[in-house]
Amino acid sequence: MKSLKYLLPALLFGLLLVVFYRGLFLNPREVPSPLIGKPAPAFELESLSNPKQSFATSDMFGKPALLNVWATWCAGCRQEHGFLMQLARSGEVPIYGLNYRDERSPALQWLSRLGDPYVRVAYDPDGMGSLDWGVYGAPETFLISPDGTVVYKHLGPLTAEVWSRDFRPRIQEMQGGVR
Amino acid sequence: MKRLLLLVVALAVPFGAFAIDGDISFDSPAQEARYDRLTKELRCVVCQNQNIADSNADLAKDLRGQVLEMLKAGKTDEEILEFMTARYGDFVLYRPPLKPTTWLLWGAPMILLLIGILGMIMVISRRSREAADSEPEQVAGESS
Repeated sequence: MKSLKYLLPALLFGLLLVVFYRGLFLNPREVPSPLIGKPAPAFELESLSNPKQSFATSDMFGKPALLNVWATWCAGCRQEHGFLMQLARSGEVPIYGLNYRDERSPALQWLSRLGDPYVRVAYDPDGMGSLDWGVYGAPETFLISPDGTVVYKHLGPLTAEVWSRDFRPRIQEMQGGVR
Repeated sequence: MKRLLLLVVALAVPFGAFAIDGDISFDSPAQEARYDRLTKELRCVVCQNQNIADSNADLAKDLRGQVLEMLKAGKTDEEILEFMTARYGDFVLYRPPLKPTTWLLWGAPMILLLIGILGMIMVISRRSREAADSEPEQVAGESS
């Protein structure tokens, strides 16, 4: 009984340390998206390459697809660009782009200089289309199921590691369901 | 003295109430009050320790515009907050709603209070028991 009196505070302190230590490695910027499991929000925006053409959310449906939110001012987007190119070449999923709060000519320059991994890019200069998707910082990448449900969202640059851990299993699961 | 006064005035100027978006025209003072309250209630997701009323981030600017637009369209406060949480989650609310995932958050102060009260009761009852046990001896000691 006496030893408990000294042991208990020590145990509680230990527990607190564990909680705080774990807290150090959490990313507070990663806000869970309420869109997961919900239908993809509809937008109808101009296509980046052609102002006369429109790009609607439903254009992405039918296959598992990626919607990658990017901008030329975004350092993380530059970082992930190489991986996106690689992914586009592999043909695993179609990648769609959402050009967020950007200008058309630098965005097009970026694509011609670094390569264009996107099937199509929607142009959202005032960010109003992105608002419906809860976009708050580029790069963000959404995984959309064939029936138009948002399956997953990744915040920050895509990497091969993130891809094989968070995206590929989900895509395989969807393809398994379709077959 | 005059110089000192001038200094005070110069220092006071930056602290004046400057509206972050310049002049917004509201339809009514009531609408302005609702706008103020709502933008203070909503957290800016980019700069997480600021509300959207204080933040200069582009996203916060957009969201303020959205709040204003919805107010002018005659939306209720609930509709506006729902619009925001549908996009950014409960995280944008400085006062998250009570639901299973937030029970611990809301309940923790109560639970801690209860633990405290329980501990206090235990300590007090033990002390009074000890005092009661030792009293006869003390009395005996005093009388001797």
